[in-house]
Amino acid sequence: MTIQRLVAGRQDLIPTDYIDPIKQIRGVQSVEPRLWGYYYDALSGANYTIMINAALEDRIGEIIIGSGVSRRGAEGMPSGEMRENDILPFKTYDGSILPLKIKGLLPFTSELVSADLILMSETDFRKLFPIASGHATDLILTVRNTKELSTIASKITQLYPDTRPILRDEILRTYEASFDWRGGVIMMVLSGALCAFVILAWDKATGLSGEEKREIGILKAVGWETTDILLMKFWEGAAVSLASFFIGVLLAYLHIFVGSAILFEPVLKGWSVLYPNFRLTPYISVYQIATLFFLTVVPYTVITIIPSWRSATIDPDSVMRG
Amino acid sequence: MIRLHDIRKVFNANKPNEFVAIDDINLSIDFRRTTALTGPSGSGKTTLLSILGCMARPTSGRITLKDREVTSLPERFLTEIRRETFGIIFQQFNLIKGLTSLENVMIPAYPNGEKFALLNKRAMALLDMLDLAGKADSKVEWLSGGEAQRTAIARALINNPAIIIADEPTAHLDTNLSRDFMEIMRRLKNEGKTILIASHDPMVYKSDVIDQIVEMRDGKIVSSGNSP
Repeated sequence: MTIQRLVAGRQDLIPTDYIDPIKQIRGVQSVEPRLWGYYYDALSGANYTIMINAALEDRIGEIIIGSGVSRRGAEGMPSGEMRENDILPFKTYDGSILPLKIKGLLPFTSELVSADLILMSETDFRKLFPIASGHATDLILTVRNTKELSTIASKITQLYPDTRPILRDEILRTYEASFDWRGGVIMMVLSGALCAFVILAWDKATGLSGEEKREIGILKAVGWETTDILLMKFWEGAAVSLASFFIGVLLAYLHIFVGSAILFEPVLKGWSVLYPNFRLTPYISVYQIATLFFLTVVPYTVITIIPSWRSATIDPDSVMRG
Repeated sequence: MIRLHDIRKVFNANKPNEFVAIDDINLSIDFRRTTALTGPSGSGKTTLLSILGCMARPTSGRITLKDREVTSLPERFLTEIRRETFGIIFQQFNLIKGLTSLENVMIPAYPNGEKFALLNKRAMALLDMLDLAGKADSKVEWLSGGEAQRTAIARALINNPAIIIADEPTAHLDTNLSRDFMEIMRRLKNEGKTILIASHDPMVYKSDVIDQIVEMRDGKIVSSGNSP
């Protein structure tokens, strides 16, 4: 649970004096103050997320950075990225320069959440931002029994009416509300593709072209049975739809896992200067592939047979009359 | 022998646009002979040819093929007879575009399930016989009129039919190509094929290849006899 303090409806710094009384509430396992914020780096034109980290408490002047920060901060440098012992200069709230030495990079695998992150000591953080000691950005509560969360939250608001407890579920709900529109954009693209498929299938189902009818007439005239023609049309439809399906799946696989979803990337990753440079782990869902198969290949194959069946039952002498 | 008894074919029966295409047709056609159906456009030649070739059923009357009554056979058996007994050469050639000359020739034999290599060999032999081996891999839309017709002839012969049916075969050919066509028919006749040709082209029905001439007008046979 996160505890924020609200002043005039906006989040404000929370006094660390709140910690001990909250700790006394039954069920609360621990309460930790958190210091974090955003820093706009005019040199690289990027926004960084700054957090304090307990591991750096005694390592004043040192920072650990995410790989997005490393790449962005090194723009124009031959190496292309910042390395250990490089200096990253910060402009503090009073205009002075605070040079901090890079002492580590956050692992590549956590890039999706840590690309723009900079970890530093509490001392450096307070030098960078005008946050007096005795104040934190927010408090993090650990509660042993999740069933007690709402009770504890109401006790905290009774104790400190200017606080706002935020449960993890609420954060997830907010994220969903904030990011669901991206799913909506993809849904629109998918709807367009499905509409195109339905129109194509409908066009196939409602009739054959004059040339196709003529071909069927010729085949009947030269001795093909209706079943021979239907079988041929079935294999033709199956070959076309299966080939399309496999080419589509292959292109989708290459697009997502080799090209890192280059077409959808800007929509799915959202706005940011520091896009994570992550590689998706190849994974194929048999359930999804099977669903797609039965939604596309099977109906298309069946649909191609219907008009052929109607045409294949015509008299073969129709071709004699041109 | 093919016998036709009181054959009548009506299109759009019991409708305001009812049309009697042929009526009161009685005809006997001997095997291993060449018969020409002549007459002006609309005289019923093509309709009669369609019925003879088991491509259409008569509205009334009976057809016997080698003493077997075929008029009442189900569609499946008619198709089988059409495939095994008749080779058809259409007026418009009716080749399937997008396929090669060789592929078009093989089409009627696919339902027989013959081994592809053997079928391919037979089709090539037919194209070779018709001086078309060099065009085997050419798409049919690129063939000249004469080449397209020879492809159509090869296709008609692929199932080694006893009877060849040709509907206005010289309609789209010049004099030389028409003469070539009749020479091919002569060769096939000498091989023992029965040939039925519907044509109002004198180059066809006055050719010495023709044994029997059936003259039609307004859907009826007006004369039938041996070629002079």
